[in-house]
Amino acid sequence: MSSEAPMPTDSSHQALAPKIRLEKVSKIFGRHADQALDLLAQGLDKKTVQERTGVVVGVYDISLEIAEGEIFVIMGLSGCGKSTLLRLINRLHEPTTGKVFIGEEDITAMGARELRRLRRNAFGMVFQSFALLPHRNVLSNVEFGLELHGVARQARRERAQQAIETVGLSGYEHKYPDELSGGMQQRVGLARALAVDPQILLMDEAFSALDPLIRGQLQDDLIAIQERMGTTVVFVSHDLDEAIKIGTRIAILRDGRLVQVGTPQEILAAPADDYVSAFVRGADRTKVLTAADVMLPLHTFAHLRDSPRALLRKMQHSGFSGLIVLDNQRHPLGYVELRQVIEMRDQTRLESSALRPLPCATPEEPLSELIRRSNVEGSPMVVCDTKGRAIGVIDKTTLLAALAQQGETDESTAATGEQTAEQPACAPPTPPASERKPSSEESQVPVEREDKS
Amino acid sequence: MKEFAPIPLGEWVSDGIDRLTREYATAFDSISFVIYELIDALQSGLHAIPAPWFIVLLSLLAVLAAGWRRPGGWGLGLFTLVGLGLVWNLRLWDDLITTLSLVLASEALVLLVGIPLGIASAKSAMVERILRPVLDVMQTMPAFVYLVPAVIFFGLGLVPGVISTTIFALPPLIRLTSLGIRQVPRELVEAALAFGATWWQLLTKVQVPVALPAIMAGVNQSIMLGLSMVVIAAMIGAGGLGNVVLEGITQLDVGKGFVGGLAVVILAIVLDRITQSMGKIYQQKGKPR
Repeated sequence: MSSEAPMPTDSSHQALAPKIRLEKVSKIFGRHADQALDLLAQGLDKKTVQERTGVVVGVYDISLEIAEGEIFVIMGLSGCGKSTLLRLINRLHEPTTGKVFIGEEDITAMGARELRRLRRNAFGMVFQSFALLPHRNVLSNVEFGLELHGVARQARRERAQQAIETVGLSGYEHKYPDELSGGMQQRVGLARALAVDPQILLMDEAFSALDPLIRGQLQDDLIAIQERMGTTVVFVSHDLDEAIKIGTRIAILRDGRLVQVGTPQEILAAPADDYVSAFVRGADRTKVLTAADVMLPLHTFAHLRDSPRALLRKMQHSGFSGLIVLDNQRHPLGYVELRQVIEMRDQTRLESSALRPLPCATPEEPLSELIRRSNVEGSPMVVCDTKGRAIGVIDKTTLLAALAQQGETDESTAATGEQTAEQPACAPPTPPASERKPSSEESQVPVEREDKS
Repeated sequence: MKEFAPIPLGEWVSDGIDRLTREYATAFDSISFVIYELIDALQSGLHAIPAPWFIVLLSLLAVLAAGWRRPGGWGLGLFTLVGLGLVWNLRLWDDLITTLSLVLASEALVLLVGIPLGIASAKSAMVERILRPVLDVMQTMPAFVYLVPAVIFFGLGLVPGVISTTIFALPPLIRLTSLGIRQVPRELVEAALAFGATWWQLLTKVQVPVALPAIMAGVNQSIMLGLSMVVIAAMIGAGGLGNVVLEGITQLDVGKGFVGGLAVVILAIVLDRITQSMGKIYQQKGKPR
């Protein structure tokens, strides 16, 4: 499931013009907005402002840019203003101050008619409670947006049918919402939003009311649909694992203020403050960190033409119990262990028959997958770029160190516990691992891979 | 201790009403004319249908409304058939038709006034603030009190009967319509707006359909209240079954009073069950039966 998580590099979304731009947007619910804004500007928090003025602060001073084709997740605890922020984007809430641009258009300056046009043409919205019309069947619910738009009956029926197929609900067209399960109802909600062919999909805790299994399926479907259609998605969630899984970037809100914006990796690697680090504590790092994040650079390696004696010296010097053998283009050929080098010490060069095959990982492979493979295929693993050249190495120590880091931020180690509990299930029937028992034991000696260059 | 002179509240009211009747005589006359025509058309229309046909038609309607696939539906049909047959047999058919047309005419006015007011009070806090005390007064006022101004403005007969019945039956429909629309889930309204609904689209495609079970309950309530008022309105010459009961009281004829009362009860049960079933059918649309 993690394989299709879109993790574009930083440059990809900064190059495009922003699809949605918020400029210093604040939303205050209640009468004395000016007074509340003054207090907020002095740095007082939401609760104090509410006590002093009686107003409720939705969000304060938020500036954001969301790029076209991004899945942008707004995260925070309940009451932090994330749903308010989402509703400011299509002006279901009127901002107290600040501006919101959709493409080039300032939605905050629009008249009622223009606003309706934009809402009809640009937006689709999905709600936590599904918000389906109970008196209409699935088809008619999906048609709803098109019907408001005044699309002719035949045309809207066709487009609705298409959207229903997209979300995998064919055959349920004539069921009523209360005949469907929660997951299916939300598929209807998603189809209704997709039927209007929106440029921007706003999703308000869309999957929060669903059980984890169904939620996972819908997340996968959303990612697939988004990749196919290139829709910009703004997704509100309080579930960090969900945010990490689907988000291109994540914005973290606290008490109506924006605390941090960044890719999941950025937020996990460098939380902006204690609030964010507390927030990310429970995150499952093994799904976020990739081979490229945890690998060690490959400085010490062997060539086939090297003499075993020279290699012995190299190993002695570096403390390694085995070496990775590369050809001249840095393509990995295999792995040679100390034992074999000692056996061959009187020969002039290595024998390729002495090498054992080396598992090869791509830089994008998530940590969870690496852990699984290292159990089955043994370690170390070499990380190769797209041309097959070795760029780094990962062994059990590296994997353990990456997990230990997670343990540091997560005292309860809930995620780690889950992870390790999961692994043995697929580990036992692994003959290769047991064959290489001696080497893996040796390679777990902690001093083994101290950097030396 | 000096005694205070009584405040001339009664005089003020009668003066005010006198002035109203003098100055707006034309207005009251035209209202009276329209309503009279309405009842007249209804009455002659209903009278034109021969009683047996009418009874059978109404029984079929009852079966359909209650759901012909359910045993309860046939029960209601049978009750309608026997009950109305009994009324016919007791020679009270003409009175029943008069009462029915009074109820239907008032209900038409109630719908005409009540649903828009209910919607307005759901959508505007100000309208709601103004309407609430008015509705409270209307609901606590004894039913007889409505007869007095009705007689003063519209004289005796069918028209003041319909007017007082309308006023008496109005509050539950306004309240339930307003409540129903306010109870439409916020996210449903947001969904409609997010997809670019106009005010009218929001109202007709989301709010009223979703509130319809509540509105139907209001219709049912107002019909029931209307029926009880129509009987009282016999005192100002509205005629119908109420008149039979009234004669029973004035002539101390217990039998007559009972028979008239029984006919009213039969009509009430038939109307109540039919309108309730219609509301339920709507509510259950789409649910597996």
